[in-house]
Amino acid sequence: MSTDIWVWIAALLSLAIFSYLYKDNPVFRFAEHLFTGLSVGYMIVLMWNNYAYQYIVIPISQQRWITLIPMALGMLYLFRFVPKLQHLMLIPIAITLGIWNGWSIPVVIEADLFKQMQGTMVNTTMFQNPWDPHNGLVVGLLVVVGVVCTVLYFYFSREHRGPLKVASSVGIWFVMIGFGASFGYTVMARMSLLIGRIQFLFTEWIHLIK
Amino acid sequence: MRSITVIGLILLGSAAALTQPMPAAPADPAPPPVQPPGLVTAMDTPNDAGNSISVDWRPSPDEAQGLVEGYVVYRSESAEAPESLWTRVGYVPYGLNQSRDQSVPENGMDFFYRVRVVSRLGASAVSQASNPARSSEQWYNSMRTNALIASLLFVAIVVYFITMAQKGQHLFVRRIAGLSAVEEAVGRATEMGRPILFVPGLSSISDVATIAALNILGQVAKKTAEYDTPLLVPNRDPVVYTVAQEVVKEAYSEIGRPDAYNHDSVFYLTDSQMGFASGVDGIMTRERPATNFFMGMFWAESLILAETGAATGAIQIAGTDAIHQLPFFITACDYTLIGEELYAASAYLARDPKLLGTLKGQDWSKALIVLLLVAGLALSLINPGVRGFILNILTVG
Repeated sequence: MSTDIWVWIAALLSLAIFSYLYKDNPVFRFAEHLFTGLSVGYMIVLMWNNYAYQYIVIPISQQRWITLIPMALGMLYLFRFVPKLQHLMLIPIAITLGIWNGWSIPVVIEADLFKQMQGTMVNTTMFQNPWDPHNGLVVGLLVVVGVVCTVLYFYFSREHRGPLKVASSVGIWFVMIGFGASFGYTVMARMSLLIGRIQFLFTEWIHLIK
Repeated sequence: MRSITVIGLILLGSAAALTQPMPAAPADPAPPPVQPPGLVTAMDTPNDAGNSISVDWRPSPDEAQGLVEGYVVYRSESAEAPESLWTRVGYVPYGLNQSRDQSVPENGMDFFYRVRVVSRLGASAVSQASNPARSSEQWYNSMRTNALIASLLFVAIVVYFITMAQKGQHLFVRRIAGLSAVEEAVGRATEMGRPILFVPGLSSISDVATIAALNILGQVAKKTAEYDTPLLVPNRDPVVYTVAQEVVKEAYSEIGRPDAYNHDSVFYLTDSQMGFASGVDGIMTRERPATNFFMGMFWAESLILAETGAATGAIQIAGTDAIHQLPFFITACDYTLIGEELYAASAYLARDPKLLGTLKGQDWSKALIVLLLVAGLALSLINPGVRGFILNILTVG
């Protein structure tokens, strides 16, 4: 058994969380509230250290007065506590939204649209070895059919009837197969998290595994 | 006895050998000289934000013999500067003959470059200084003209449809399966006398999924105001929390029930991802909402939330554009809005001309993309040269 008090605390809290597998109980509730409360405190410190101190305190102490502009804009959020001037807090929200949307449109076009279209282009060399799993014609055509049908599934301006229904049905099959693969992959990752926690309990806490 | 004598003699011999002066080791021969790189050219890096100069050179003739290990690039303010004033700014292995100095101290000032070739055997030789080059910043990146044209085209289509919608033109949007369940879910909660839980995702207000989630929240809040059903809206982001509070308050006012609005129904939990998940799980376990909405952006906590909700027996409606979390929602929820369905749902429910116009614009853009894709594919199969042209058009610098 470990003699480190922190290992004991971590192990007992882990067991408290696992106790939910049986049913909701006071021990689980204690651990849950402790976790939520601690995370708030931790985040306050993190926000101060990583943002407020870095981007406000240091620049102002170095007399970089330009910092006062974004700082003033950020402080407009505080007007939510003044009912008559609450509308002022919409200014920083509007600025944030505008900047992010303006920034993301070209990025999405470049990173998602153009790259996806490039990856969909079939070439004549694919005819040489049609069954090649990397660069064969069959794979190339599957990608084209998958992309076109999936895009058509997300077409909302028409009812899915006739050919559009067929195409969108094929599209949702592609989507679901993709989700299935993603599901399996993520479940594996979650299993490794569980294994990590059990390893901690058996190795560092009770020293059953050495 | 005889063997001891032999060993003794051997030891004595070794000792004598050690005490004798060692013959001088032959000095290492100087490595064979290597020929310096040829003409070094420096120029401002195009389409950048300044403070960068691109340098290229003719490789050392010895590179073809496999003798070269790499090239070291130096910068100085004067072509005639002494050795100590040349600053090393880069290294490239053999096979490459260009480098980019991205640490130019000042724009608009002349700098010179030299390239030192280093051989595998340790010899080196330095080139002549390059032409003077000065870095500058450009306002426009011509390599991204294609992205600009595509963005403008997309914006133009969206603006056109928003204008149409604002003029009152009917824009058809097909009904999405998951939306039919919203009313049913609110009704069920009312009948059971239990609250409705609405989680507007864990992302910030700048995320499109969050905005779509808040639009849906507004519609759900109208229904809860109508039926007088308690609503719980836990938040992770302080700004989203503020906006969500306004959205719910406005929805209650629109229905004519401002008195029914409970200020504490929209609340902040914590900024920590798993702390938030833990808090929401606790709410689901103790308050036992009849309906759970998970709309917006989610990460690894998606299954933790949806699984707990399913265990409490609630009807669950989820909607997200997080591709990796969708499988979990599809598995654990009754209805799931997949990707763009979330945005479409928000437009469908809100009936806001801006949202409807944007959705229509997206639809037409998608149709255009499919057409271009099929046409480009057909053309590239007919004439393989066209493929290279199309790929070139789609390449962003």
